[in-house]
Amino acid sequence: MLEIKNLHANINGKEILKGIDLVVRPGEVHAIMGPNGAGKSTLSSVLAGNPAFTVTEGEVNFYGKDLLTMLPEQRSWEGVFLGFQYPVEIPGVSMVNFMRAAINEHRKYKGESPLSASDFLRLMREKREVVELDNKLANRSVNEGFSGGEKKRNEIFQMAMLEPRLSILDETDSGLDIDALRIVSEGVNKLKSNDNATIVITHYQRLLDYIKPEFIHVLYKGRIVKSGGPELALELEEKGYDWIKKELGE
Amino acid sequence: MVMDIAKQYIDLFDQARQLIDKPCPPLMNSQRQDAYARVLEKGLLPDNKEKYAHTDINGMFAPDYGLNLNRLPIPFDPYDVFRCDVPNLSTFLYFTINDQTYPNDHSSVRLPEGVYAGSLNQFISEKPEIASKYYNKQAQNHTDGPTALNTMFAQDGFVLYVPRSVRMEKPLQLINVLKSDVDFMVNRRILIIIEAFAEAKLLVCDHAMNGVNYLANQVIEVFVDEGAYFDYYEIEENNNSTHRISSYYLSQERNSNVQTSLITLMTGVSRNNAYVTFAGEGAETHLSGMTIQDGAQQVDNYTFIDHAVPNCMSKELFKFILNDQAQGSFAGRILVREGAQKTEAYQSNKNLCATDEARMFTRPELEIYADDVKCSHGATVGQLDDNALFYLRSRGISEKEARMLLMFAFTSDVIDQIRLEPLKERLKQLVEKRFRGELAKCRGCNDCH
Repeated sequence: MLEIKNLHANINGKEILKGIDLVVRPGEVHAIMGPNGAGKSTLSSVLAGNPAFTVTEGEVNFYGKDLLTMLPEQRSWEGVFLGFQYPVEIPGVSMVNFMRAAINEHRKYKGESPLSASDFLRLMREKREVVELDNKLANRSVNEGFSGGEKKRNEIFQMAMLEPRLSILDETDSGLDIDALRIVSEGVNKLKSNDNATIVITHYQRLLDYIKPEFIHVLYKGRIVKSGGPELALELEEKGYDWIKKELGE
Repeated sequence: MVMDIAKQYIDLFDQARQLIDKPCPPLMNSQRQDAYARVLEKGLLPDNKEKYAHTDINGMFAPDYGLNLNRLPIPFDPYDVFRCDVPNLSTFLYFTINDQTYPNDHSSVRLPEGVYAGSLNQFISEKPEIASKYYNKQAQNHTDGPTALNTMFAQDGFVLYVPRSVRMEKPLQLINVLKSDVDFMVNRRILIIIEAFAEAKLLVCDHAMNGVNYLANQVIEVFVDEGAYFDYYEIEENNNSTHRISSYYLSQERNSNVQTSLITLMTGVSRNNAYVTFAGEGAETHLSGMTIQDGAQQVDNYTFIDHAVPNCMSKELFKFILNDQAQGSFAGRILVREGAQKTEAYQSNKNLCATDEARMFTRPELEIYADDVKCSHGATVGQLDDNALFYLRSRGISEKEARMLLMFAFTSDVIDQIRLEPLKERLKQLVEKRFRGELAKCRGCNDCH
């Protein structure tokens, strides 16, 4: 479904991604690991279409379509979802209005009519249960006053609502306690199917105990320098990233 | 140059004095001479010219507008055009056409005992003692040029009088309609008297009909006596060819509580003055405002809160949303006089420039002569948050819709201040329509824009 070829990107003229190649097929779970500053978050931002980044070279195909020419909202309609490392607080926009606007634009894109108020609220209720998100939170402004764990659960809730084909979860585990980590991971696992795929971006092995990826990639200095199976994550956990650096002759 | 612009009004006044006085009670006529002297001496600008730095007052008054000094009747029944435009809000409904109160022909409307709502002229005739205690009492103390001009030319207007201890459960709604076939000036006068321990809520909607150029120069005097509660909500939905100067004078006695919301949804050029004076201790005022502007619209809000006595509280919140080449201005002066201890005065002005061409001027001004007070002020001018915008778009919300959601969110705390639930809901709808570029029409009115 996703094919990334030689992707280069920069922010404010500074090159962060220096030639990424990656293929993801339906049903797969990939983990991208790497030290701070390797470009993990940049990769997710570029895939979601954050206008702060500029792609200078390479291509990204999503089900045969050129993802890079699409607006962020179009990518969402096509089924790309980014779980933010730092979900944005939006005072004054209620979760309900936010999700209704999102769902109805997705439906419009598919040629469907807007959901009725009662159907929409039913959907909200059903999906909230996936991540045990409190009804009170659903009535508040987007992420405003949410704890770190609530914000991440809210990301997975939105993912459940939008049913993406490709989910990119950017350090969803950062700032989570064990309980929240379990709830978030279980949410991700429940949403997994043979038709969708997940890219988990993480610094630590811990999340991967819950969300079990088949493919592990190590991102370092803007390139994927090593790929392997689940055993690679364990090796990283044990030896740290210095081992990779040594292998690269640094 | 300044005098030239005032001169046409001076000349008109000299020539038409008899005509102006004719339909009016002596009380109104007795106030004209001082106002005339003020305009003759100083023109239309105030002593402090800086006060009008961002509104071209002379430019506003320069064109040759018609005035209806002859009191020619305007054949128009507002009940044909306006339905109650706030669903689920039952009000006592009144209209002014230009400066004249339209006869309230609804026999079903029974105001609480002793309450007066209607024509200013009639009120002065019926209750001369009360009227003379209040009419022009605040306005005459201010050296504002347009206010003096209003006093010179005012021939009628609207009065709400709520006697002591009367609580009006049902709000009153006043719809001001500008209607003329030629370019037209209106000097509307509104007088509101809420006696001790009384309660009232007034919703004022300003509309302009027909596409001519209007200059609406209105003066609103509000007196809120001891322990009384009053809410004043004003929604301006004029057209792009309306110039409006609205001067709101509020005086509050001991332990009174007032909420004032000044909301501009549509205008050409508007200048709103709000003067609040605390005349008795323990009083509280909430003054908020919001504008949504696009095209070349200009709104200039000036506020002056005079903490003349101790133990009063004022809270001010003004927000501007500026699109296209719109220009906004806010100047908020707070004066805490010597001896006004335990004053609490808070002011906040937040502004959103949604385009690079939009311009905002903001100037807080605190003058404090007492030492035991709590005062704060803050002003910000910003753009839409790029991170929030991307977040919304990443969920499939189109850029246009996302921008609208964020602008809408920006207005929420001003709307939340409204103490009338149905009006809150209605205003949310109006604001959303406004952002969608649909003119903010009231329901059932096909004619007003």
